Amino acid sequence: MKYITEFRDGKLARKLARAIEREADPGRRYHLMEFCGGHTHAIFRYGVQDLVPENVQFVHGPGCPVCVLPVRRLDDAVELALGHDVILTTYGDMMRVPGTKQKSLIRAKAEGADIRMVYSTQDALKIARDNPDRQVVFFAIGFETTTPPTAVAILQARHEGLTNFSVFCNHVLTPPAIAHIVNAPAEPGETPVRIDGFLGPSHVSSVIGWAPYEPAARDFQKPVVIAGFEPLDVMQSALMLIRQINEGRHEVENQYTRVVTRDGNRKAQTLVAEVMEVRDAFEWRGLGTVPESALKIRAAYETFDAESRFALTPKQSREVKSCECPAILRGVKKPTECRLFGTVCTPENPMGACMVSSEGACAAYWTYGRKRGEAVRETAA
Amino acid sequence: MCLAIPARVISLESGDMAIVALEGIKKPVSTALLEEVTVGDYVLVHVGYALHKLSEEEAERTLQLMAEAGVLAEELEEMAGTSLEGAER
Repeated sequence: MKYITEFRDGKLARKLARAIEREADPGRRYHLMEFCGGHTHAIFRYGVQDLVPENVQFVHGPGCPVCVLPVRRLDDAVELALGHDVILTTYGDMMRVPGTKQKSLIRAKAEGADIRMVYSTQDALKIARDNPDRQVVFFAIGFETTTPPTAVAILQARHEGLTNFSVFCNHVLTPPAIAHIVNAPAEPGETPVRIDGFLGPSHVSSVIGWAPYEPAARDFQKPVVIAGFEPLDVMQSALMLIRQINEGRHEVENQYTRVVTRDGNRKAQTLVAEVMEVRDAFEWRGLGTVPESALKIRAAYETFDAESRFALTPKQSREVKSCECPAILRGVKKPTECRLFGTVCTPENPMGACMVSSEGACAAYWTYGRKRGEAVRETAA
Repeated sequence: MCLAIPARVISLESGDMAIVALEGIKKPVSTALLEEVTVGDYVLVHVGYALHKLSEEEAERTLQLMAEAGVLAEELEEMAGTSLEGAER
């Protein structure tokens, strides 16, 4: 597969691993946070952590949109589907995430709600066209990568005069989340997570460009390297971060040059800005309330905003007790430090969002990493 | 969620749509987010939308840089002549 296979080449991986080993100072520790779940997935699937020296550690970040969506917003979606008689359309990732009392969209569907999985916002529009007598809501989640397709759907719905289509908007923004992770005080009883540099988002940056990370890199003196999602991309980006750390630099560098430019996709940015504006604040699972970290639909497009169209009731939403998803998203705990991991919480029966999404750290540990420690111990013995 | 797959544009359709091919699979995608697109372009496909064009030149350059990072390191190793790997050989 062009542009994929070349970036998984084993020989090159070993060469990069040797370069990292040579350039990483044995007297230092390098804590590199990969922001995106896509990176976490690549690191586990290809065993990247085992290819680099022990003093180079990957810290898993919150870049999994399904994972950071707070339980209240999911409960709202369940209410839309069960209480307002709409056809709720959503990306497949959301279906099995447990809400309050473990009520997921798939359970709501079993109770009779009309919930339909879509691959694209184009499919949601088609459902609206095919069901003119029903209200169709698209449950929109995702970072800047996934936002432009939602904006296009709203513009298209207006152009076509669709009056039965609206969006429940939960799109979130990456740069404020990065700043928050570096800046936020640790939770009571928690040791703050140490981060020496960031592997920056791949496809988010294809849309917004790499310039938006410059304030965070400068103000918090943390290097950022925009990294592709293939294993070689991750390794080369780690090497670039190690070099910056060694040289005391904290710049934004771009490893993913085949896709990302400084300014990103201007057309996509313009379409999003036409339809959406920044919210004053938004709640993230794990990070809490983060100022100016999400988007809402502009008043001019109010008729396409499910939050204005339907009266959602305030609710007492609750996470599953003992689920460590929030601490895992902050990077302060590893999935194996959660009591539920691998016992009551598995991909077949997930208790938290981090086990549902393939980008979640728990799912990555479960799929690729849960035997890792054991194998190392056996070799040592 | 943010995953996107590189695919080749094989035809342009009406209404800002195109057909892309990847490993023998053909799929309609929206090109509404691209300024311009032509048949033969490689685009990054995400949730049914072409998000960005891929630069062939930059892809080649990245691979070359990766190779150089390794090669240069190995040359230094030979110059130093004292590494563990050298000792094993």
